[in-house]
Amino acid sequence: MTTYLAHINVMLRPLVNDPQGLAVRDGLHALGFEHVGAVRVGKRVEVTLDATSHTSAEEQVAQMCQRLLANGVIEDFEFTVSEVAKA
Amino acid sequence: MRAAVVVFPGTWSDGDCIWALQQVGIESRRVWHRETHIEPDEIVVLPGGFSYGDYLRTGAIARFSPIMPAVRAHAEAGGLVIGICNGFQILCEAGLLPGVLMRNESLQFRCSDAYLVPANSTSPFTSSLDPARGYLMPVSHGEGRYFADDATVAMLEDTGRVAFRYGNLDGSVTPDANPNGSRNNIAGILNERGNVLGMMPHPERACEPLLGNTDGNAIWLSVLDSLGVRL
Repeated sequence: MTTYLAHINVMLRPLVNDPQGLAVRDGLHALGFEHVGAVRVGKRVEVTLDATSHTSAEEQVAQMCQRLLANGVIEDFEFTVSEVAKA
Repeated sequence: MRAAVVVFPGTWSDGDCIWALQQVGIESRRVWHRETHIEPDEIVVLPGGFSYGDYLRTGAIARFSPIMPAVRAHAEAGGLVIGICNGFQILCEAGLLPGVLMRNESLQFRCSDAYLVPANSTSPFTSSLDPARGYLMPVSHGEGRYFADDATVAMLEDTGRVAFRYGNLDGSVTPDANPNGSRNNIAGILNERGNVLGMMPHPERACEPLLGNTDGNAIWLSVLDSLGVRL
């Protein structure tokens, strides 16, 4: 088994209204960043796991995203998986 | 009929629900979320609160509690299930109801009274309600904006599965009556068979004259009426 680290980004789907992102955009405008266009707020999740292969780790992380970490009604996810160097 | 009031870590409205059910003569038992059994003739109540601290998403973790397979089986067998506020969020995350409850459009926690206008007249929860008036009940949530895609909302509308909309005393439904930005002013929805109801407002907080409001009892009385129980 090898240890892997997954970086997972969960974002609202493009068509879903994101009032949090709008509020952050307004805050950035108020700070003087007047050229800021769209802002969207999401989540980042980091998971370490042991797996027999890189492919197996990716498959497991995809399952985690589909079954718990993202809600498919409103959210999309993407992730990268990398091997953790042995200490 | 007895009520099974499910308590998750972080549930806070179980006591209020038990009290409100007593007002209409329904006895309750508290069911800790680690239990696994629901009696066939019980009405399952998933009360409000912040189960598991609302971590990740509201209701996302509670749906894995040991009691949930029993709740699902109860629903599939035609038993009555009502999820209020956090309970509604849990039912959506568990897939017992479609859609999701998102952060309020205002980004503000809404703690106020709202008029609920019945939009369904066939389910046990709504059959004795008057669709031409609003029922006053408190809302108390930060994440109550009902969202589903266009096809799902159209399906709910076309099949009579919208249980309640935010509206006014006279039964009208207007955009300014919507406290959270829910699609089509939706405050509550039903499953396909009509035996599972999820709603954001709190009928259990409008249950006795001392509170100045008994409108919430209409839902429990409708359930009793549908079961042929006369008070």
